[in-house]
Amino acid sequence: MGMTVTEKILAAHAGKDTVTPGDNIWVDVDVLMTHDVCGPGTIGIFKEQFGQQAKVWDREKVVIIPDHYVFTADKHANRNIDILREFVKEQDLPYYYDVGTDNYKGVCHIALAQEGHNRPGEILFGTDSHTCTSGAFGMFSTGIGNTDAAFILGTGKLWVKVPETMRFEFTGTFPPYIMAKDILLQVIGDIGVDGATYRTMEWAGDAVYKFSMEERMTLCNMAIEAGGKNAVIEADEVTLDYLKDRTDKPHTIHRSDPDANYYFTKTYKADDMVPIVAKPHSPDNKAAVTECTDVKLDRSYIGSCTGGKLTDFIAAAKLLKGKKVVIDTFIVPATREVEEDLYKTKMDGESLADIFKNAGALMGEPSCAACLGGPKDTFGRANSTEVVISTTNRNFPGRMGSKQSQVYLSSPYTAAASALTGHITDPREFLNN
Amino acid sequence: MKKTIEGRAYVLGNDVDTDQIIPAEHLVYSLTDPEEKKNYGKFALSGVPPKDAGLPDGNRPFVDEGAFESQYTILIGGKNFGCGSSREHAPACLKIAGIQAVVAESFARIFYRNSVDGGFFIPFESEQRIADEISTGDSILIDLKAETLTNKTSGKSYKLKSLGEVIDIIEAGNIFEYARKTGLIPK
Repeated sequence: MGMTVTEKILAAHAGKDTVTPGDNIWVDVDVLMTHDVCGPGTIGIFKEQFGQQAKVWDREKVVIIPDHYVFTADKHANRNIDILREFVKEQDLPYYYDVGTDNYKGVCHIALAQEGHNRPGEILFGTDSHTCTSGAFGMFSTGIGNTDAAFILGTGKLWVKVPETMRFEFTGTFPPYIMAKDILLQVIGDIGVDGATYRTMEWAGDAVYKFSMEERMTLCNMAIEAGGKNAVIEADEVTLDYLKDRTDKPHTIHRSDPDANYYFTKTYKADDMVPIVAKPHSPDNKAAVTECTDVKLDRSYIGSCTGGKLTDFIAAAKLLKGKKVVIDTFIVPATREVEEDLYKTKMDGESLADIFKNAGALMGEPSCAACLGGPKDTFGRANSTEVVISTTNRNFPGRMGSKQSQVYLSSPYTAAASALTGHITDPREFLNN
Repeated sequence: MKKTIEGRAYVLGNDVDTDQIIPAEHLVYSLTDPEEKKNYGKFALSGVPPKDAGLPDGNRPFVDEGAFESQYTILIGGKNFGCGSSREHAPACLKIAGIQAVVAESFARIFYRNSVDGGFFIPFESEQRIADEISTGDSILIDLKAETLTNKTSGKSYKLKSLGEVIDIIEAGNIFEYARKTGLIPK
């Protein structure tokens, strides 16, 4: 019996020739990532369990990226970043991207990719459920809690139950108005918010391999919204090209065997996909954009690890260029690199940043910002009864702040088209002009 | 490990996500400082929409105004309990509020894992959906050996699923104690 790419990575890190779904194995960890929300708790447990003087198992393998509550007056949030700083100093950790310095990056999942911490064949755990994003690089990556992270800090190991794999294949070519986000919302709507619980979501098919790394990251980012343990896309030339200037560390490309065992394989025709939204208050509350055009909006939000990458902003800028938004529109680049690219990347001589400003949108600092609400003074936070269209990943009650707000999840194309009209709008209305 | 867990039920529905369990704005408090961490008890389940808070009637706060602990110690849920974020603040806040067991039809993976590895409380899966048959405030008895839940208010008993392979970690207390017991890390 052959193995899937996920099974091969797990077997290689458990010192085994083969593994089977359901096996409980201990794996060696290549990278542990944490951030300002879960780092302090992780450090607390690490010290309690391994001693005040304990050292992390491998300082080269720990990556700390403050990104959640970084531009706030909240004293506890700022204290938490001080705890990270102190730990980094004490442990002499080389990979810390501090707030208020030139080294600040922004949202951890995108920063991991941009700084070369995502490498095919490796195992990465992070104290954030969207750590599954890194699976876009043909690696095993998943979110864990503080306790598991503290265990890794001390031992470099963690137990894992080998997941079954669900394979989603897209054949053909996606229409030009379709983004990875539409596909993701379609699939989550099809299988439900617990449809992939304990399982791997493997994305495949020629249409998927045509995607850039950024779009691949979007596809893997929301596996957790279907309950998935991880998502994965086999590494290929696109992956290697992205890695070229970002890391020179060796890596291994694993591929799923033709006779690998899958929980199921579901095939979609890429050409048939339509723009999708997830209605309040669940990411699987799927509807075609064309079914929701009567929904009046107060706000459009384009940002986060899911929808705040350069590709996402190029899409938004295509629609916003030379036009004016009619509702509050927030632009939040995921990282400093994305933010710099908004100034460097031009359409007909106008930078994306200028396109957004001239359209009347507001630009925020790179961070998680209002994707998860956060402290009251967070940029773009829904503080009342706002109806929001957002390129983020969750629309649970109160996710973006107020419990009275309503969030529709969409692609950057749909969020931008809707910003121009004030109601949910099919991007084809603007893209075809 | 205790033989029985007894307490009053607090009932919730399906897909109770971690933003409902502990809204993100509260994730700033220390989980180690004994005084500061009491805040997690105060805000536990504060993100649940009022109509879904304490079923079947709703509008029953889990923690009373001004309190740091709940009068309810057994949480009953539907499908996919604890979905969403990997924040360990979610099981932690329930424990800090006094929860001793969560019984749901199914759990989201990371929440389940955090509950077990962190040793916060035992996450039980029920053989059948029980959230519709138990009312908030009912008196509940969980028998760990018999793997049953009895609603003493209604007199009905329900079978719980076996804890399976995680029983070793639960019996040890948490993942660290389990690793010490099995020699993976020094005692």
